[in-house]
Amino acid sequence: MRHQVFHELPLVLDAVSLRAGSVAILDRVDLSIEAGAPILVIGPNGSGKTSLLRVAMGLTVPTDGRVLWGGRLAAPPVRRAFVFQRPVMLRRSVLANVTFSLARAGCPWAQRRSRAEALLERVGLADLAGRAAPALSGGEKQRLALARALAREPELLLLDEPTANLDPAAARRVEAIVGEAATAGVKIVLATHDLGQARRLAGEIVFMTHGRVRERGAAPAFFAAPSTPEARAFLAGDIVL
Amino acid sequence: MAETATAWQLIIGGDPTLFAILRLSLVVSLSAVAVAALVGMPFGALLALTSFRGRGAVVVVLNGLMGLPPVVVGLGVYLLLSRSGPLGDLGLLYTPSAMIIAQAVLVLPIIAALARQTIEDLWRDYRDEFVAMGVGPAERVAALVWDGRYSLLTALLAGFGRAAAEVGTVMIVGGNIDGFTRTMTTAIALETSKGDLPLALGLGILLVAVILVVNAAAWTLRSVGEAGRTA
Repeated sequence: MRHQVFHELPLVLDAVSLRAGSVAILDRVDLSIEAGAPILVIGPNGSGKTSLLRVAMGLTVPTDGRVLWGGRLAAPPVRRAFVFQRPVMLRRSVLANVTFSLARAGCPWAQRRSRAEALLERVGLADLAGRAAPALSGGEKQRLALARALAREPELLLLDEPTANLDPAAARRVEAIVGEAATAGVKIVLATHDLGQARRLAGEIVFMTHGRVRERGAAPAFFAAPSTPEARAFLAGDIVL
Repeated sequence: MAETATAWQLIIGGDPTLFAILRLSLVVSLSAVAVAALVGMPFGALLALTSFRGRGAVVVVLNGLMGLPPVVVGLGVYLLLSRSGPLGDLGLLYTPSAMIIAQAVLVLPIIAALARQTIEDLWRDYRDEFVAMGVGPAERVAALVWDGRYSLLTALLAGFGRAAAEVGTVMIVGGNIDGFTRTMTTAIALETSKGDLPLALGLGILLVAVILVVNAAAWTLRSVGEAGRTA
Protein backbone atom coordinates (compact mmCIF):
# COMPACT_ATOMS: atom_id res chain seq x y z
CA MET A 1 0.00 0.00 0.00
CA ARG A 2 0.99 3.60 -0.51
CA HIS A 3 2.46 4.41 2.92
CA GLN A 4 4.58 1.31 3.31
CA VAL A 5 7.67 3.41 3.93
CA PHE A 6 6.35 4.78 7.22
CA HIS A 7 6.48 2.79 10.42
CA GLU A 8 4.24 3.27 13.43
CA LEU A 9 6.56 1.23 15.68
CA PRO A 10 8.24 1.70 17.99
CA LEU A 11 5.53 3.77 19.64
CA VAL A 12 7.11 5.83 22.38
CA LEU A 13 5.29 7.77 25.09
CA ASP A 14 7.80 10.09 26.66
CA ALA A 15 6.73 11.56 30.03
CA VAL A 16 3.14 11.89 28.81
CA SER A 17 0.67 13.62 31.10
CA LEU A 18 -2.95 14.42 30.45
CA ARG A 19 -4.69 16.80 32.82
CA ALA A 20 -8.28 17.95 33.05
CA GLY A 21 -8.16 20.91 35.41
CA SER A 22 -6.34 19.73 38.52
CA VAL A 23 -7.01 16.04 37.82
CA ALA A 24 -4.21 14.01 36.28
CA ILE A 25 -5.81 11.46 33.94
CA LEU A 26 -2.37 10.33 32.80
CA ASP A 27 0.55 11.06 35.08
CA ARG A 28 4.04 11.10 33.50
CA VAL A 29 3.67 7.88 31.57
CA ASP A 30 6.78 6.47 29.91
CA LEU A 31 6.06 3.56 27.64
CA SER A 32 7.77 2.06 24.63
CA ILE A 33 5.90 -0.36 22.42
CA GLU A 34 7.81 -2.48 19.91
CA ALA A 35 6.72 -5.22 17.54
CA GLY A 36 5.92 -8.52 19.19
CA ALA A 37 3.32 -10.28 21.29
CA PRO A 38 0.06 -8.54 22.31
CA ILE A 39 0.17 -6.03 25.13
CA LEU A 40 -2.84 -6.10 27.43
CA VAL A 41 -3.46 -2.91 29.37
CA ILE A 42 -5.28 -3.74 32.59
CA GLY A 43 -6.31 -1.83 35.66
CA PRO A 44 -9.42 -0.69 37.50
CA ASN A 45 -11.98 1.67 35.99
CA GLY A 46 -10.68 5.20 35.85
CA SER A 47 -7.05 4.13 35.89
CA GLY A 48 -6.41 5.81 32.52
CA LYS A 49 -6.53 2.84 30.13
CA THR A 50 -8.79 4.53 27.58
CA SER A 51 -6.84 7.79 27.76
CA LEU A 52 -3.58 5.94 27.28
CA LEU A 53 -4.90 4.28 24.14
CA ARG A 54 -6.39 7.52 22.79
CA VAL A 55 -3.07 9.28 23.27
CA ALA A 56 -1.28 6.34 21.65
CA MET A 57 -3.62 6.65 18.64
CA GLY A 58 -3.24 10.43 18.42
CA LEU A 59 -6.93 11.01 19.15
CA THR A 60 -6.10 12.97 22.28
CA VAL A 61 -3.19 15.36 22.52
CA PRO A 62 -1.40 15.08 25.86
CA THR A 63 -1.01 18.14 28.07
CA ASP A 64 2.69 17.38 28.55
CA GLY A 65 5.21 15.01 27.07
CA ARG A 66 5.78 13.61 23.61
CA VAL A 67 4.38 10.76 21.57
CA LEU A 68 6.50 9.34 18.75
CA TRP A 69 5.37 6.90 16.11
CA GLY A 70 8.35 5.26 14.43
CA GLY A 71 10.39 8.28 15.49
CA ARG A 72 7.89 10.81 14.10
CA LEU A 73 6.01 13.41 16.14
CA ALA A 74 2.38 14.26 15.41
CA ALA A 75 2.22 11.57 12.73
CA PRO A 76 -1.23 11.11 11.18
CA PRO A 77 -2.59 7.57 11.43
CA VAL A 78 -1.29 5.60 8.49
CA ARG A 79 -0.73 2.04 9.56
CA ARG A 80 -2.30 2.21 12.99
CA ALA A 81 -5.94 1.55 13.69
CA PHE A 82 -8.32 1.82 16.62
CA VAL A 83 -11.31 -0.20 17.74
CA PHE A 84 -13.58 1.65 20.15
CA GLN A 85 -15.53 0.22 23.04
CA ARG A 86 -18.70 1.36 21.27
CA PRO A 87 -17.82 1.50 17.58
CA VAL A 88 -19.84 3.91 15.45
CA MET A 89 -21.25 2.33 12.33
CA LEU A 90 -21.43 4.46 9.20
CA ARG A 91 -25.05 4.64 8.03
CA ARG A 92 -24.28 2.38 5.12
CA SER A 93 -24.18 -1.31 4.36
CA VAL A 94 -21.75 -3.60 6.15
CA LEU A 95 -19.74 -3.92 2.94
CA ALA A 96 -19.69 -0.14 2.40
CA ASN A 97 -18.31 0.37 5.90
CA VAL A 98 -15.31 -1.74 4.94
CA THR A 99 -14.83 -0.26 1.46
CA PHE A 100 -14.89 3.23 3.04
CA SER A 101 -12.05 2.27 5.34
CA LEU A 102 -10.17 0.62 2.46
CA ALA A 103 -10.53 3.79 0.39
CA ARG A 104 -9.14 5.93 3.20
CA ALA A 105 -6.19 3.54 3.49
CA GLY A 106 -5.41 4.10 -0.20
CA CYS A 107 -6.73 0.84 -1.63
CA PRO A 108 -7.34 1.22 -5.38
CA TRP A 109 -11.01 1.32 -6.37
CA ALA A 110 -10.87 -1.82 -8.47
CA GLN A 111 -9.66 -3.97 -5.58
CA ARG A 112 -11.95 -2.60 -2.86
CA ARG A 113 -14.88 -4.90 -3.27
CA SER A 114 -12.93 -8.13 -3.35
CA ARG A 115 -10.71 -7.07 -0.45
CA ALA A 116 -13.76 -5.98 1.57
CA GLU A 117 -15.40 -9.33 0.95
CA ALA A 118 -12.25 -11.13 2.06
CA LEU A 119 -12.14 -9.04 5.24
CA LEU A 120 -15.80 -9.76 5.99
CA GLU A 121 -15.06 -13.45 5.47
CA ARG A 122 -12.21 -13.14 7.95
CA VAL A 123 -14.48 -11.67 10.67
CA GLY A 124 -17.42 -13.96 9.87
CA LEU A 125 -19.76 -11.31 8.46
CA ALA A 126 -19.77 -12.34 4.79
CA ASP A 127 -23.45 -13.29 4.96
CA LEU A 128 -24.41 -9.86 6.26
CA ALA A 129 -22.52 -7.81 3.64
CA GLY A 130 -25.67 -6.12 2.33
CA ARG A 131 -27.21 -5.40 5.74
CA ALA A 132 -27.42 -1.85 7.13
CA ALA A 133 -24.49 -1.62 9.53
CA PRO A 134 -26.35 0.33 12.27
CA ALA A 135 -28.84 -2.58 12.51
CA LEU A 136 -26.18 -5.14 13.50
CA SER A 137 -26.00 -6.69 16.96
CA GLY A 138 -23.32 -5.55 19.40
CA GLY A 139 -21.00 -8.45 18.64
CA GLU A 140 -21.44 -8.06 14.89
CA LYS A 141 -20.72 -4.32 15.12
CA GLN A 142 -17.51 -5.03 16.98
CA ARG A 143 -16.44 -7.57 14.36
CA LEU A 144 -17.24 -5.06 11.61
CA ALA A 145 -15.17 -2.48 13.46
CA LEU A 146 -12.34 -5.03 13.45
CA ALA A 147 -12.75 -5.57 9.70
CA ARG A 148 -12.60 -1.79 9.17
CA ALA A 149 -9.49 -1.57 11.32
CA LEU A 150 -7.78 -4.52 9.60
CA ALA A 151 -8.61 -2.91 6.24
CA ARG A 152 -5.94 -0.36 7.09
CA GLU A 153 -3.35 -3.19 7.13
CA PRO A 154 -2.22 -1.89 10.49
CA GLU A 155 1.19 -2.38 11.96
CA LEU A 156 -0.34 -1.31 15.30
CA LEU A 157 -3.91 -2.07 16.35
CA LEU A 158 -5.26 -0.42 19.50
CA LEU A 159 -8.45 -1.79 21.04
CA ASP A 160 -10.29 -0.13 23.91
CA GLU A 161 -12.32 -2.70 25.87
CA PRO A 162 -13.69 -4.17 22.65
CA THR A 163 -15.67 -6.87 24.44
CA ALA A 164 -16.92 -4.93 27.47
CA ASN A 165 -20.51 -4.86 26.21
CA LEU A 166 -20.59 -8.34 24.68
CA ASP A 167 -21.79 -11.70 25.92
CA PRO A 168 -19.09 -14.37 26.41
CA ALA A 169 -19.67 -16.09 23.05
CA ALA A 170 -19.47 -12.83 21.10
CA ALA A 171 -16.43 -11.82 23.14
CA ARG A 172 -14.65 -15.07 22.24
CA ARG A 173 -15.25 -14.48 18.53
CA VAL A 174 -13.69 -11.03 18.84
CA GLU A 175 -10.76 -12.49 20.77
CA ALA A 176 -10.24 -15.11 18.07
CA ILE A 177 -10.00 -12.43 15.36
CA VAL A 178 -7.61 -10.37 17.48
CA GLY A 179 -5.51 -13.47 18.13
CA GLU A 180 -5.30 -14.25 14.40
CA ALA A 181 -4.25 -10.68 13.66
CA ALA A 182 -1.53 -10.93 16.30
CA THR A 183 -0.30 -14.18 14.77
CA ALA A 184 -0.22 -12.46 11.39
CA GLY A 185 2.19 -9.88 12.81
CA VAL A 186 -0.09 -7.00 13.84
CA LYS A 187 1.03 -5.41 17.10
CA ILE A 188 -1.98 -5.55 19.44
CA VAL A 189 -2.47 -3.18 22.36
CA LEU A 190 -5.76 -4.02 24.06
CA ALA A 191 -7.27 -2.46 27.17
CA THR A 192 -9.53 -4.65 29.26
CA HIS A 193 -10.70 -5.14 32.80
CA ASP A 194 -11.47 -8.79 32.06
CA LEU A 195 -8.64 -10.76 33.64
CA GLY A 196 -9.63 -13.95 31.84
CA GLN A 197 -9.24 -12.15 28.53
CA ALA A 198 -5.90 -10.75 29.64
CA ARG A 199 -4.66 -14.26 30.45
CA ARG A 200 -5.91 -15.64 27.14
CA LEU A 201 -4.43 -12.97 24.89
CA ALA A 202 -1.47 -11.41 26.64
CA GLY A 203 2.12 -11.62 25.78
CA GLU A 204 2.84 -8.67 27.98
CA ILE A 205 0.86 -6.87 30.68
CA VAL A 206 0.78 -3.15 31.36
CA PHE A 207 -0.89 -2.56 34.72
CA MET A 208 -2.24 0.92 35.48
CA THR A 209 -3.72 2.73 38.44
CA HIS A 210 -4.38 6.46 38.86
CA GLY A 211 -3.05 7.37 35.43
CA ARG A 212 0.30 5.71 36.00
CA VAL A 213 1.90 2.58 34.61
CA ARG A 214 2.65 0.60 37.75
CA GLU A 215 3.96 -2.59 36.22
CA ARG A 216 4.98 -3.89 32.88
CA GLY A 217 6.20 -7.35 32.13
CA ALA A 218 5.67 -10.74 30.55
CA ALA A 219 2.18 -12.05 31.30
CA PRO A 220 3.10 -15.34 33.00
CA ALA A 221 5.47 -13.59 35.40
CA PHE A 222 2.95 -10.87 36.13
CA PHE A 223 0.13 -13.28 36.88
CA ALA A 224 2.41 -15.55 38.94
CA ALA A 225 4.07 -12.86 40.99
CA PRO A 226 2.92 -9.27 40.60
CA SER A 227 5.41 -6.93 42.22
CA THR A 228 3.12 -4.15 43.47
CA PRO A 229 0.52 -4.53 46.25
CA GLU A 230 -2.07 -2.83 43.97
CA ALA A 231 -1.58 -5.47 41.28
CA ARG A 232 -1.77 -8.26 43.86
CA ALA A 233 -5.03 -6.80 45.15
CA PHE A 234 -6.37 -6.32 41.62
CA LEU A 235 -5.61 -9.93 40.67
CA ALA A 236 -7.15 -11.14 43.90
CA GLY A 237 -10.34 -9.36 42.93
CA ASP A 238 -10.09 -6.74 45.63
CA ILE A 239 -11.14 -3.20 44.91
CA VAL A 240 -8.08 -1.13 44.12
CA LEU A 241 -8.45 2.50 45.18
CA MET B 1 -71.37 23.75 -1.40
CA ALA B 2 -71.72 24.94 -4.97
CA GLU B 3 -68.27 26.60 -4.87
CA THR B 4 -66.59 23.32 -4.02
CA ALA B 5 -68.31 21.49 -6.86
CA THR B 6 -67.27 24.19 -9.34
CA ALA B 7 -63.72 24.09 -7.95
CA TRP B 8 -63.50 20.34 -8.63
CA GLN B 9 -64.88 20.89 -12.14
CA LEU B 10 -62.07 23.39 -12.82
CA ILE B 11 -59.45 20.91 -11.65
CA ILE B 12 -60.89 17.84 -13.38
CA GLY B 13 -61.67 19.82 -16.56
CA GLY B 14 -58.01 20.90 -16.71
CA ASP B 15 -58.77 24.62 -16.66
CA PRO B 16 -55.83 26.23 -18.54
CA THR B 17 -55.62 29.31 -16.30
CA LEU B 18 -55.52 27.12 -13.24
CA PHE B 19 -52.76 24.89 -14.57
CA ALA B 20 -50.67 27.78 -15.93
CA ILE B 21 -50.67 29.23 -12.42
CA LEU B 22 -49.78 25.83 -10.94
CA ARG B 23 -46.89 25.45 -13.36
CA LEU B 24 -45.45 28.87 -12.56
CA SER B 25 -45.76 28.25 -8.82
CA LEU B 26 -43.90 24.96 -9.09
CA VAL B 27 -41.15 26.41 -11.28
CA VAL B 28 -40.61 29.36 -8.92
CA SER B 29 -40.64 27.40 -5.67
CA LEU B 30 -38.56 24.45 -6.91
CA SER B 31 -35.98 26.80 -8.47
CA ALA B 32 -35.82 28.80 -5.26
CA VAL B 33 -35.23 25.62 -3.22
CA ALA B 34 -32.54 24.48 -5.69
CA VAL B 35 -30.71 27.81 -5.46
CA ALA B 36 -31.04 27.91 -1.67
CA ALA B 37 -29.79 24.31 -1.40
CA LEU B 38 -26.77 25.05 -3.59
CA VAL B 39 -25.73 27.82 -1.21
CA GLY B 40 -27.28 26.67 2.06
CA MET B 41 -26.08 23.03 2.18
CA PRO B 42 -22.36 23.82 1.84
CA PHE B 43 -22.74 26.77 4.19
CA GLY B 44 -24.48 24.60 6.78
CA ALA B 45 -21.82 21.90 6.41
CA LEU B 46 -19.03 24.45 6.77
CA LEU B 47 -20.63 25.91 9.87
CA ALA B 48 -21.08 22.43 11.34
CA LEU B 49 -17.45 21.43 10.82
CA THR B 50 -15.55 24.59 11.71
CA SER B 51 -15.00 26.41 14.95
CA PHE B 52 -14.20 30.09 15.15
CA ARG B 53 -14.87 33.04 17.43
CA GLY B 54 -18.49 34.09 17.26
CA ARG B 55 -19.66 30.76 15.81
CA GLY B 56 -22.37 30.50 18.46
CA ALA B 57 -23.72 33.89 17.46
CA VAL B 58 -23.78 32.89 13.78
CA VAL B 59 -25.74 29.73 14.66
CA VAL B 60 -28.23 31.70 16.75
CA VAL B 61 -28.74 34.30 14.00
CA LEU B 62 -29.09 31.59 11.36
CA ASN B 63 -31.68 29.72 13.44
CA GLY B 64 -33.50 33.00 14.07
CA LEU B 65 -33.59 33.77 10.35
CA MET B 66 -35.68 30.62 9.81
CA GLY B 67 -38.56 32.74 11.04
CA LEU B 68 -37.97 35.63 8.62
CA PRO B 69 -41.31 37.26 7.80
CA PRO B 70 -41.93 36.82 4.04
CA VAL B 71 -43.14 40.39 3.60
CA VAL B 72 -39.89 41.70 5.06
CA VAL B 73 -37.86 39.55 2.65
CA GLY B 74 -40.12 40.77 -0.14
CA LEU B 75 -39.52 44.35 0.85
CA GLY B 76 -35.74 43.84 1.05
CA VAL B 77 -35.53 42.18 -2.37
CA TYR B 78 -37.90 44.83 -3.76
CA LEU B 79 -35.55 47.59 -2.59
CA LEU B 80 -32.61 45.76 -4.20
CA LEU B 81 -34.33 45.19 -7.53
CA SER B 82 -36.38 48.38 -7.87
CA ARG B 83 -35.34 50.85 -10.57
CA SER B 84 -33.47 53.03 -8.10
CA GLY B 85 -32.01 50.06 -6.19
CA PRO B 86 -28.45 48.69 -6.53
CA LEU B 87 -29.58 45.89 -8.87
CA GLY B 88 -32.27 47.95 -10.60
CA ASP B 89 -30.46 47.94 -13.94
CA LEU B 90 -31.08 44.21 -14.28
CA GLY B 91 -34.78 44.95 -14.74
CA LEU B 92 -35.81 41.90 -12.74
CA LEU B 93 -38.58 43.39 -10.62
CA TYR B 94 -42.02 41.93 -11.40
CA THR B 95 -40.54 38.89 -13.17
CA PRO B 96 -40.47 35.22 -12.13
CA SER B 97 -36.70 35.60 -11.61
CA ALA B 98 -37.34 38.18 -8.90
CA MET B 99 -39.73 35.76 -7.22
CA ILE B 100 -37.14 32.97 -7.34
CA ILE B 101 -34.52 35.27 -5.80
CA ALA B 102 -36.87 36.40 -3.04
CA GLN B 103 -38.04 32.88 -2.17
CA ALA B 104 -34.46 31.60 -2.22
CA VAL B 105 -33.53 34.26 0.32
CA LEU B 106 -36.52 33.27 2.43
CA VAL B 107 -35.72 29.55 2.33
CA LEU B 108 -31.93 29.74 2.54
CA PRO B 109 -31.75 30.06 6.35
CA ILE B 110 -34.13 27.12 6.81
CA ILE B 111 -32.04 24.81 4.64
CA ALA B 112 -28.71 26.05 6.02
CA ALA B 113 -29.82 25.82 9.66
CA LEU B 114 -31.31 22.32 9.32
CA ALA B 115 -28.29 21.13 7.31
CA ARG B 116 -25.97 22.48 10.00
CA GLN B 117 -27.84 20.64 12.74
CA THR B 118 -27.97 17.37 10.80
CA ILE B 119 -24.31 17.38 9.85
CA GLU B 120 -23.14 18.52 13.26
CA ASP B 121 -25.04 15.71 15.01
CA LEU B 122 -23.65 13.15 12.60
CA TRP B 123 -20.13 14.54 12.93
CA ARG B 124 -20.32 14.22 16.70
CA ASP B 125 -21.01 10.50 16.16
CA TYR B 126 -18.39 9.99 13.48
CA ARG B 127 -15.56 12.21 14.67
CA ASP B 128 -13.38 9.70 16.54
CA GLU B 129 -13.79 7.01 13.90
CA PHE B 130 -12.96 9.47 11.12
CA VAL B 131 -9.87 10.74 12.90
CA ALA B 132 -8.79 7.13 13.50
CA MET B 133 -9.38 6.31 9.83
CA GLY B 134 -7.48 9.39 8.70
CA VAL B 135 -10.40 10.87 6.79
CA GLY B 136 -9.45 14.20 5.19
CA PRO B 137 -11.62 17.35 5.25
CA ALA B 138 -13.14 16.99 1.77
CA GLU B 139 -13.86 13.28 2.28
CA ARG B 140 -15.42 14.15 5.63
CA VAL B 141 -17.93 16.56 4.09
CA ALA B 142 -18.76 14.13 1.29
CA ALA B 143 -19.28 11.23 3.70
CA LEU B 144 -21.37 13.27 6.13
CA VAL B 145 -23.60 14.67 3.38
CA TRP B 146 -24.03 11.20 1.88
CA ASP B 147 -24.78 9.45 5.18
CA GLY B 148 -27.07 12.31 6.23
CA ARG B 149 -28.85 12.50 2.89
CA TYR B 150 -32.27 11.46 4.14
CA SER B 151 -32.23 14.00 6.95
CA LEU B 152 -30.99 16.62 4.49
CA LEU B 153 -33.90 15.74 2.22
CA THR B 154 -36.19 16.70 5.08
CA ALA B 155 -34.46 20.09 5.21
CA LEU B 156 -35.21 20.55 1.49
CA LEU B 157 -38.84 19.61 2.08
CA ALA B 158 -39.13 22.14 4.87
CA GLY B 159 -37.74 24.74 2.50
CA PHE B 160 -40.11 23.73 -0.28
CA GLY B 161 -43.09 23.82 2.04
CA ARG B 162 -42.19 27.32 3.14
CA ALA B 163 -41.63 28.54 -0.43
CA ALA B 164 -44.76 27.00 -1.89
CA ALA B 165 -47.01 28.26 0.88
CA GLU B 166 -45.85 31.85 1.27
CA VAL B 167 -47.62 34.76 -0.38
CA GLY B 168 -45.88 37.89 0.95
CA THR B 169 -42.60 37.89 -0.99
CA VAL B 170 -43.98 36.85 -4.38
CA MET B 171 -46.77 39.39 -4.06
CA ILE B 172 -44.31 42.23 -3.45
CA VAL B 173 -41.55 41.39 -5.95
CA GLY B 174 -43.72 39.57 -8.51
CA GLY B 175 -46.64 41.95 -8.54
CA ASN B 176 -49.25 39.22 -9.14
CA ILE B 177 -49.40 40.00 -12.88
CA ASP B 178 -52.01 37.86 -14.63
CA GLY B 179 -50.41 35.16 -16.76
CA PHE B 180 -46.86 36.24 -15.90
CA THR B 181 -46.15 36.36 -12.18
CA ARG B 182 -49.39 35.09 -10.71
CA THR B 183 -48.75 32.11 -8.43
CA MET B 184 -51.20 29.91 -6.59
CA THR B 185 -50.95 31.77 -3.32
CA THR B 186 -51.26 35.27 -4.80
CA ALA B 187 -54.10 34.08 -7.03
CA ILE B 188 -55.95 32.62 -4.04
CA ALA B 189 -55.58 35.89 -2.16
CA LEU B 190 -56.81 37.86 -5.18
CA GLU B 191 -59.70 35.59 -6.18
CA THR B 192 -60.92 35.44 -2.59
CA SER B 193 -61.01 39.21 -2.30
CA LYS B 194 -62.77 39.42 -5.70
CA GLY B 195 -65.30 36.87 -4.55
CA ASP B 196 -64.39 34.18 -7.15
CA LEU B 197 -64.47 31.45 -4.56
CA PRO B 198 -64.53 28.42 -6.92
CA LEU B 199 -61.22 29.41 -8.55
CA ALA B 200 -59.73 30.25 -5.15
CA LEU B 201 -60.87 26.93 -3.74
CA GLY B 202 -59.66 25.00 -6.77
CA LEU B 203 -56.25 26.60 -6.42
CA GLY B 204 -56.25 25.89 -2.70
CA ILE B 205 -57.01 22.21 -3.27
CA LEU B 206 -54.27 21.99 -5.92
CA LEU B 207 -51.75 23.74 -3.70
CA VAL B 208 -52.31 21.34 -0.82
CA ALA B 209 -52.21 18.41 -3.26
CA VAL B 210 -48.90 19.57 -4.73
CA ILE B 211 -47.30 19.85 -1.31
CA LEU B 212 -48.58 16.39 -0.39
CA VAL B 213 -47.33 14.88 -3.66
CA VAL B 214 -43.85 16.34 -3.21
CA ASN B 215 -43.68 15.04 0.35
CA ALA B 216 -44.96 11.63 -0.72
CA ALA B 217 -42.29 11.47 -3.42
CA ALA B 218 -39.60 12.29 -0.87
CA TRP B 219 -40.98 9.68 1.50
CA THR B 220 -40.93 7.06 -1.23
CA LEU B 221 -37.36 7.96 -2.15
CA ARG B 222 -36.32 7.57 1.46
CA SER B 223 -38.14 4.27 1.94
CA VAL B 224 -36.71 2.81 -1.25
CA GLY B 225 -33.24 4.00 -0.25
CA GLU B 226 -33.44 2.48 3.20
CA ALA B 227 -34.91 -0.76 1.90
CA GLY B 228 -31.99 -0.88 -0.54
CA ARG B 229 -29.55 -0.73 2.33
CA THR B 230 -31.08 -3.65 4.14
CA ALA B 231 -31.70 -5.82 1.09
